[in-house]
Amino acid sequence: MEEKVIVCKDLTKRFGDFYAVNKISFEVNKGEIFGFLGANGAGKTTAMRILCGLSHPTSGEAMVAGFDVYKQPESIKKNIGYMSQKFSLYENLTVVENIEFFGGVYGVSSSEIRKRSDNLIQKLGLTAEAKKLVGALPLGWKQKLAFSVAIFHQPRIVFLDEPTGGVDPVTRRQFWDMIYEAAASGITIFVTTHYMDEAEYCNRVTIMVDGKIEALDSPANLKTQFEADNMDEVFYRLARRAKRSGD
Amino acid sequence: MKQLLVFIRKEFFHVFRDKRTLLIMFGLPVAQIVLFGFALTSEVKDITLTVIDNSRDANSQQLIRKIKSSSYFIVNESSIDYNDIANSFKKGTTKCALIFPAGFGNDLQHGGKAQLQIITDGSDPNTAKTVVNYITAITTAYQQEISPSPQLPYTIVPESRMLYNEEGNGSLNFIPGVMALVLMIVCTALTSVSVVREKELGTMEILLVSPFKPLMVLIAKAIPYLILSLANFVLILLLAVFVLDVGIKGSILLLFMESMLFIITCLSFGLMISNTTNSQQTALLLSMMGLMLPTMIFTGFMFPIENMPKIFQLISNIIPSRWYFLIIKSVMLKGLGFEYVWKETLVLLGMTIILLTIALKNFKTRLS
Amino acid sequence: MSAVTLDHITKTYDKGKVLAVNDVSLQVEEGELFGLIGPDGAGKTSIFRILTTLLLPDKGTASVRGYDCVKDYKEIRNRIGYMPGKFSLYQDLTVKENLDFFATLFGSTIEENYELIKDIYDQIKPFSDRRAGKLSGGMKQKLALCCALIHKPEVLFLDEPTTGVDVVSRKEFWDMLKHLKQQGITIVVSTPYMDEAVLCERIALIQNGKIMSVDTPDKIMAQFPVKLYAIKADNIYHLLTDLRSMPEIDSSFAFGEYIHITLKDAGADIDTLQRNITQRGHTHVDIKLIHPGIEDSFIRLMNQA
Repeated sequence: MEEKVIVCKDLTKRFGDFYAVNKISFEVNKGEIFGFLGANGAGKTTAMRILCGLSHPTSGEAMVAGFDVYKQPESIKKNIGYMSQKFSLYENLTVVENIEFFGGVYGVSSSEIRKRSDNLIQKLGLTAEAKKLVGALPLGWKQKLAFSVAIFHQPRIVFLDEPTGGVDPVTRRQFWDMIYEAAASGITIFVTTHYMDEAEYCNRVTIMVDGKIEALDSPANLKTQFEADNMDEVFYRLARRAKRSGD
Repeated sequence: MKQLLVFIRKEFFHVFRDKRTLLIMFGLPVAQIVLFGFALTSEVKDITLTVIDNSRDANSQQLIRKIKSSSYFIVNESSIDYNDIANSFKKGTTKCALIFPAGFGNDLQHGGKAQLQIITDGSDPNTAKTVVNYITAITTAYQQEISPSPQLPYTIVPESRMLYNEEGNGSLNFIPGVMALVLMIVCTALTSVSVVREKELGTMEILLVSPFKPLMVLIAKAIPYLILSLANFVLILLLAVFVLDVGIKGSILLLFMESMLFIITCLSFGLMISNTTNSQQTALLLSMMGLMLPTMIFTGFMFPIENMPKIFQLISNIIPSRWYFLIIKSVMLKGLGFEYVWKETLVLLGMTIILLTIALKNFKTRLS
Repeated sequence: MSAVTLDHITKTYDKGKVLAVNDVSLQVEEGELFGLIGPDGAGKTSIFRILTTLLLPDKGTASVRGYDCVKDYKEIRNRIGYMPGKFSLYQDLTVKENLDFFATLFGSTIEENYELIKDIYDQIKPFSDRRAGKLSGGMKQKLALCCALIHKPEVLFLDEPTTGVDVVSRKEFWDMLKHLKQQGITIVVSTPYMDEAVLCERIALIQNGKIMSVDTPDKIMAQFPVKLYAIKADNIYHLLTDLRSMPEIDSSFAFGEYIHITLKDAGADIDTLQRNITQRGHTHVDIKLIHPGIEDSFIRLMNQA
């Protein structure tokens, strides 16, 4: 049996009488690329916050990297990486300083940081930019660096919140190469995106509508199930049913 | 014209829908008045006075009655031991003690000279000094009462009188200062933040792209805050009169016009700040830190400017609130007319014109 | 006369250190729906700000309906509608108050041009007393569009109107633009989403401040110089790495479940390629000749630059 790194059962988050997340259940396997889709306000962000140990669910169960979201949020945080489109790196620190800082935050030893950061900078082709401020890098490079920093401490799961928004088509693909590589090394990828072609790159995809999971399968199976040519169509059919909308 | 009115209405919506702005606008003056008016007052009232009367004769009892009938002290005629005084000072149950030695009346009647001991808490020197003065004054008065025909033909009785504040109302001096401070903070901070907020929101782009003249944007921003600041000014005056019992001696109209001038100075400051910053935090920090501190220090209502080093005295001349403070003090507390404050008014007017020109000149009709 | 003209426009920031717009020239015709397609940081917003008279170009000239963007900026400000990147609305004002304010600001009233916005406004009308800050992304977008339209502009500039909005709202938004175009308004719109390019009449592909191509989407796609194949197999990631190591492959990029490839030798035999791939252990290999999309063209042009 495959190792499960995320297990959710009837996970619910209620704000007053508003069910942001309504009894969602799913499992994510080790090394899987798991796409988490949904229109704005469908409850993606809330669900992701719970899984990252940042927010307590109202009811239901969830285990992340073997830890309980109710009792061990701190252990969860140590075993995951996180990257979002909005905040990822400090713009006024250099490339090296950012790596050192985030490595230090996650408790990677200084000698290990030095060793790994040299490798990383070389791999990303940032040798000439290592001492430059991150703010001066083009967006695509920033996002690639941010991802590398998010998996620098070799977490078991990395959560990516719309990592490729606004990035050019070539860099976007280079970014996905990095995701594949990380997944091949055993890191589980939990990713949200607005690009439907990226949904096809995932092993499995869930689509949330109004706080509930309306679809969960591989892209190929979803297309068959909804008799659609591509994921865009699948998504459109589901999201159109949504009654609520928000940010 | 209609555009301007709609714009001004919009600004009022912003103010009245934002609790924080309202709080700064109207909570701040109340808090400041209470703080400066009550907490920081130098006036002494209802001081607990422990009296140890070792003599218990007619004279000592008469004098104690005199002290009791003044409103300054709450007399505590305890029979505590002389040695316990230090303890009650430490506990804070008393601020001063008055000790009559045995045979006080006898000494006074027969020897013509009696002694009294006043012990005060020196850790609060201001209060201590005031207490000694009060008791000395009461004692002197009593002395004259019991010996109406002085033996010496020439008695000089010094009578000190605090001009313009005869009751020693400590909040008096603070009122003009608080007015300057509150107007400065409210006008400058709120104006600059309201302009910068439009930049952050991106609505500034639309405002600039519209046919509405860029200069009108500034005017439309300034007018609501001018009105609100005037309301604020009235609020402070009302608080001063009805809560702190500070009377207005001079012309209210003159006070109003001078305050309007000072408000425009502050508005210009706010607009200047908003021209150079792009984030609300920076704007707020600049107007709070950049202006509040100099206003507190260099206006002269907390620390007398005459006691400052020469260089600070020079700096204080370029602080607009200093001039406003002088004007308000003269008009409100001394009841002086325009003929006495025209010089200060002229300085303030000059500053306003310079600031306003800079603010308007630097306002960009485009982005950066 | 073109509705919008850019003639050798260059714009730099930070005293010339950052080159945002690099010698850009293009024309938008009257009544056209024109798209500026490119990723973040390509220079789209700078071009919009120059055209809306918010920024001065370093070099070159720009005009809107014949008025110079520098000299005649007041004229232009009377004639255009502009929707900046983030939906610039007053969050603490209601839907109706926002619309009312912007109408008055542009010297108009809601009633005067109600016909123009009716279809869009009807969708947010039930929320007209709700504060703009409490609206969803899609509704904010519609309100912002109403505010930009309320004075019946001759040219409408929309800077990334569909960013941060979900797929359903995006589709509705493009339908609205088509409808507006029928009313004779020239529309210039920018987007980072390549799939939205085909919804415009003509597009400019822009990257690093430079225009790579300006034409109709069909022509740009037709200009793709070589044959394009789509290929898939069971393990797509391994397929991608294998393709990169194969000498006969010129380029390979993942596109959803497929990988799009071009070959170095135009006359190469596909059956041979399929055999080579199968030999490397891939199963269910499927190769087909396809028509390139805008994203294929964009990637190709990017790599040529």
